Amino acid sequence: MTEKLPAVEFVHVTRQFEAMRAVDDLSFTVDQGEFFSLLGPSGSGKTTCLRLIAGFDQPNSGSIRLLGQEAASLPPYERNVNTVFQDYALFPHMTVGENVGYSLMLKKTPKQERQKRVEEMLELVQLGGMMQRKPSQLSGGQRQRVALARALINEPQVLLLDEPLGALDLKLRQQMQMELKAIQKRVEITFIFVTHDQEEALTLSDRLAVFNRGKIEQIGVPAEVYERPATAFVADFVGVSNVVDGTLAQALIGSDRSFAIRPEKIHMTDLETPVPPDACSAVGQIQEVLYLGISTRYRVALQGGYLTVVEQNTTSAIPRSGKVQLIWQREHICPLS
Amino acid sequence: MPSKSAPLSLKIAVGGGLLFLYFPFTVILLYAFTTEDSAFTFPPPGLTLKWFSVALQRQDLWQALTLSLQVATVATGLALIMGTLAAIAVYRTPFFGREAISFLLLLPIALPGIVTGIALRSAINLTGIPFSFWTVVVGHATFCIVVVYNNVVARLRRTAKSQIEASMDLGADPLQTFRYIVLPNLATALLAGGMLAFALSFDEVIVTTFTAGQQSTLPIWILSQLTRPRQRPVTNVAAVFVIVITFLPILLAHRLSQDREST
Repeated sequence: MTEKLPAVEFVHVTRQFEAMRAVDDLSFTVDQGEFFSLLGPSGSGKTTCLRLIAGFDQPNSGSIRLLGQEAASLPPYERNVNTVFQDYALFPHMTVGENVGYSLMLKKTPKQERQKRVEEMLELVQLGGMMQRKPSQLSGGQRQRVALARALINEPQVLLLDEPLGALDLKLRQQMQMELKAIQKRVEITFIFVTHDQEEALTLSDRLAVFNRGKIEQIGVPAEVYERPATAFVADFVGVSNVVDGTLAQALIGSDRSFAIRPEKIHMTDLETPVPPDACSAVGQIQEVLYLGISTRYRVALQGGYLTVVEQNTTSAIPRSGKVQLIWQREHICPLS
Repeated sequence: MPSKSAPLSLKIAVGGGLLFLYFPFTVILLYAFTTEDSAFTFPPPGLTLKWFSVALQRQDLWQALTLSLQVATVATGLALIMGTLAAIAVYRTPFFGREAISFLLLLPIALPGIVTGIALRSAINLTGIPFSFWTVVVGHATFCIVVVYNNVVARLRRTAKSQIEASMDLGADPLQTFRYIVLPNLATALLAGGMLAFALSFDEVIVTTFTAGQQSTLPIWILSQLTRPRQRPVTNVAAVFVIVITFLPILLAHRLSQDREST
């Protein structure tokens, strides 16, 4: 069996905007059929990466390959890559059908075939019968689906999604997440998904890359990125984490190398509870209690610093103050580079 | 929507303001029907349609009207092409001197017509080009371009850049993108800008005076008639034509840009 070519490959790509390096010497690959997320805060370079893949922007140096073909200088209309825009970018003067069929119209696909494929595509995104509507007559979620159908009808090698769910409310967003995942499974197209929402990235992705200041801090499958964050930035940006260094690190692990530990990996007990033989423990004082409904978040003061601890609210007895014992397994300590 | 109706004093003030603006028009309309032929007395001694038939037979009036329509049409056409191209150039790419060009394009409408007029006249004299229909057209185009340019630039700014990117993303080259996405988006802006340009050109006096040779456009013909006491109401009839010809496109342009806002 021959090795599959990567859908997208960045080789030492740099994109400089005046004084700022939006993308700084990046190299990574996205495999065919993968749901790959670019996760990072705004200004971290993830959207610039997407625009480089789409062809709206060209790198200052480096090479971008699509299925092994050098593409860094190709215009957008010569790449088999389609984009779902953050603001959807539907054409307001066209109907839903004309929007979705736009790329087929440009390719001079016969009218009957075009009509059939547009109908199929609209079925796929559950917008059957909406052909004749104008984008202005649709809700936010429906526009989103039209944008998706329009980008998928061409069966691109890669589908780029630029924070497509950002404008939707929470319930709709969760529903669209599920649908996106289902659609991706069905069409078997590589999805590259830009988001600043770490939960979304963890939920949807096969793999994700965490961006910070034009560089990738870590690439991996969601569980790996969450459980074993490579850097303090990842530990902090993906989920909630205790990033411990200095005196507290010295007190807890006997070394001042920084490490991360997730709040839910730390158990809070009273002082009498015996510590299992292979676990670590510390004694601290509850400083703050934040009731979150499903769980409670505590800030516990220890010698040399604080730890955040999250306890599931499985019993109604929630300690409010006083001295407590914290217990955790050694394996949950992630040393940071 | 405010639920309370405005106080009476405000209504009276608004009514007074509108009356002040529109009363002169009614006077013009009224005297197009008067039976007097030299002096305008109020109220008119009698009403007649005779002046309309007199006007129909006046060759000079029809020549002036035709010339005005021709000049306005050609100047508007020129303005539509050049104004749109300029707007797209200024909108699309930041280049050296972009702000300056944008400012220079807008200047003719801010400059007093008399300055533009004198400037054009001396320039045309200097180059030795004879004054003609075309010099009038060029004179009018200076301010017609601004109107189109302004409308198109405003529309381009409201058109999301991502639409153009989306079009290219879906496989359209720049020319196809212009044809299928940019142009339809500009259509109503072009119509509104074009109509405004047409109306501006149609009743222009000052620049025309400086750039015309022997020709007289309708507004100039009307001015020349005012100094002659003979058949005065014919001028009013001509004024009625002018009002109708300029008012309709402006009204239409207004309606079109409103339709656009509401969708």
